[in-house]
Amino acid sequence: MTLLLEKPARSDSPAARAPYWTMRRRDTLAGWLMVAPQLAGIVTFVLVPLGLVVWYSVHEWNVLAGTFEFVGGDNYQALANDQQLGPVLRATGLFSVGLVVLNLSLALFLAVLLNQKLRGTVVFRTLFFSPVVVTLVAWTIVWGFLLQDNGGVNAFLHVFGINGPNWLRSGGAAMVSVIVVQLFKNVGLNMVLFLAALQGVPAELYEAARIDGASAWARFRRVTVPLISPTILLTMILTIVGSLQVFAQIAVLTQGGPGTSTTVLVYYLYQQAFQFHHFGYGATLSLVLFLIVLVLTVVQWQMRKRWVFHEN
Amino acid sequence: MRLRLLIYGLLLVCCVPFVFPIWWMATTSLKPVSEIFAFPPSLLPASPTLDAYRQVFALQPFGRQYVNSLYIALVVTIGTLAVSSLAGYAFARVRFRGSGAVFLIVLTGLLVPNEVTIIPLYKMFDAFGLVDTHWPLILIPMLGAPSVLATFIMRQFFITLPSELEEAGRVDGLGRFGLFWRVCLPLARPAIGAVAIFTFLHSWNLYLEPIVFLSSKQKFTIPQALTQYVDAYGGPMWNTQLAAATLSALPVLIIFILAQRQFVEGLAQTGLKG
Repeated sequence: MTLLLEKPARSDSPAARAPYWTMRRRDTLAGWLMVAPQLAGIVTFVLVPLGLVVWYSVHEWNVLAGTFEFVGGDNYQALANDQQLGPVLRATGLFSVGLVVLNLSLALFLAVLLNQKLRGTVVFRTLFFSPVVVTLVAWTIVWGFLLQDNGGVNAFLHVFGINGPNWLRSGGAAMVSVIVVQLFKNVGLNMVLFLAALQGVPAELYEAARIDGASAWARFRRVTVPLISPTILLTMILTIVGSLQVFAQIAVLTQGGPGTSTTVLVYYLYQQAFQFHHFGYGATLSLVLFLIVLVLTVVQWQMRKRWVFHEN
Repeated sequence: MRLRLLIYGLLLVCCVPFVFPIWWMATTSLKPVSEIFAFPPSLLPASPTLDAYRQVFALQPFGRQYVNSLYIALVVTIGTLAVSSLAGYAFARVRFRGSGAVFLIVLTGLLVPNEVTIIPLYKMFDAFGLVDTHWPLILIPMLGAPSVLATFIMRQFFITLPSELEEAGRVDGLGRFGLFWRVCLPLARPAIGAVAIFTFLHSWNLYLEPIVFLSSKQKFTIPQALTQYVDAYGGPMWNTQLAAATLSALPVLIIFILAQRQFVEGLAQTGLKG
């Protein structure tokens, strides 16, 4: 705003009688009109509800009796005493870490493969990307079908003499399953972003490294990774935030089970609020989710300074 | 040569978990129930039948649900494009009082996933009597948190346009909205394409919002409808579910195969690259 004050008067405005509708005033009006729908939307559908989440978290809501009472810190007390919360946070963490590590490694691996000057890479790129456009629930249903005890995955493993577990009904395997289903659904998106970044790495750098006698692995570590680090950071942020929002896969594949082994935070808050009608406690859990997203985003933003090699 | 064979081999192996489920979904939907769990499983149906597809429409108003998903996704996409291109343009090219502060407010949308605010959003729409209507599924994505990413992408694109373009437009007597509509928007096709794809897929895939807000089958969207094909004991009717799943995936998949260049490159070129 000070910037506007410091700006010299425009030379093209008539000096004699300054009209009210100067360019600057007109721009201010146009600017506000243009951002108005977005601003109104954010206030109505993000900021007000966020405030309400805080408000609800100190209330208890009895839907059947139609009461809405102030309960102070009761919901937070309940949070501290919740035996389920530990396992839920653990499942959420396991899912996120597993997914992010596998997703970024596989995406980078596929992008490097596709970045070779070979015929037919466009076909492969299309195939790897295709699950992205398949309806999420449809993709989850077919995997649910394949992962059954007598389903396709175990039939495939049987060919190699391996007796697969009942994937969706045993703890560790269920978590692996939901991670894998999500991994193949969306890894194509990150792969495409990596591919775009790889194509931006100047060939001369590889040439120079080769002359210096760097091995393929050294070229990858010393040239490729630093140059595409902004993309790595971006995909990491998008993938982590996305992994915290996972819901449909859990709801369709495991309903959070067996036990609570795949009950991630969003699924737990959905259960509390919309199945058990504990809206106040659900709001408290929403705040926990918000804080986790907030902290992770800030940490990653800070990491950018230390970690991202070049940024333009 | 050796290296080349190795790379092709790796690519082929990697393809399996991406392509096989889609193949399995389509072929199993054509199998009669007796064949579904045949061992060893067959890659092609021995005696293909359309029974499952008949079931899809007989058990639920699937056509209606399809239209619901389609029109909601289209309205959300067009609406998001309007909202985000205007806001993105203003943040990138218009210098106005308060622009910085508004931009920060809008960016908070990136920090607050819809899942965090789903409880108050439900209560708000309930208070307005809009639960079990399509309004929440249209208004929240179009104006709320999901549109912020779209605004950000549009802004990143508009920033890259050279200022000479707008100066030339000004000489021709265009105002702000004229510059936006006549000069800048037509140039923004790659960004518009990417935002449109993102937004359409996001709306098409929504699951939490529909199951929270909708309760009558006539109003269901596809993802929600897919899980409703269960037998009397609550067990899934696999071939029917997979037939419905195939029907849900087919149109988008076909468009994607026809226009995969625009899809992939559009998404890669939106300022999202580092």
